Amino acid sequence: MTAAVTWAGIASIVLTATTGDVLQSRAMKEIGDLGAVRREQGMFHVVRRVVSSPRFMLGLLFMALAFFSLLVTLSWDDVSVIGPASASLTFIANAFAARIFLKERVDHRRWLAALFVAGGVALLAR
Amino acid sequence: MTVRKYLILLAVTIFGSSGDVCLARGMRDFGAVTTSNWRQLLTVLLDPWVVVGICLLILFFCSYLTALSWADLTYVLPATALSYVLMALLAKIFLHENVTLEHWLGVGLITVGVGFVATGPSLTVPAREKSESVATRVAPQKSTRSEV
Repeated sequence: MTAAVTWAGIASIVLTATTGDVLQSRAMKEIGDLGAVRREQGMFHVVRRVVSSPRFMLGLLFMALAFFSLLVTLSWDDVSVIGPASASLTFIANAFAARIFLKERVDHRRWLAALFVAGGVALLAR
Repeated sequence: MTVRKYLILLAVTIFGSSGDVCLARGMRDFGAVTTSNWRQLLTVLLDPWVVVGICLLILFFCSYLTALSWADLTYVLPATALSYVLMALLAKIFLHENVTLEHWLGVGLITVGVGFVATGPSLTVPAREKSESVATRVAPQKSTRSEV
């Protein structure tokens, strides 16, 4: 497989994984600290709260799409390139998405981290 | 941050990287997915390596969701960045992949980059919004339980 096809696969992983991450992060914040909820109401209640969240289920759908994109892309190239590259780019995309959709405070340190990660990805792609 | 929370972040790191490596090993048995054989893709679910990989990734997912319930998304992802290093190490040892010096330098840059974030606060959602959500979430549940 050509490098372009591999990177198309990585882009597909990043887009679907970021959407899934944002949806699931939002759903988990709505439910609250799972450890505290479990101590308060038990494990069954935790599972029921999680699986009955529409936002979580939609996030799960996107994570499933990311998973199958990963499976296919792993068959095209080395895991030591695809794994770090897709995870790192997902991290950068998540920084943007978390700031916009989750209202997280992404300060200069987090943006600096994004630059370092991008540099690492460039080296991995060579 | 408590010891329990650090252990959960460690679980995210170990389960995530080992799960990915097992999946890669399984996909090697299948070979490259092309337009001619993509219909057989579901049969990879019978491969033992893929099954183990999926089990590990389920454990990863549970610990990941737990971490997301008390920390920012932009904290959890970088705080578990050692999984990149672990993944490269596992790929070199078990899959005999060619991990070059440049790859290791890239992994190092990524780890240093995400280290910036890991030393910061784990939650940046405004306190007011957080306390409101906790109040509306926990208080009614407690009263309902005591009534029962």
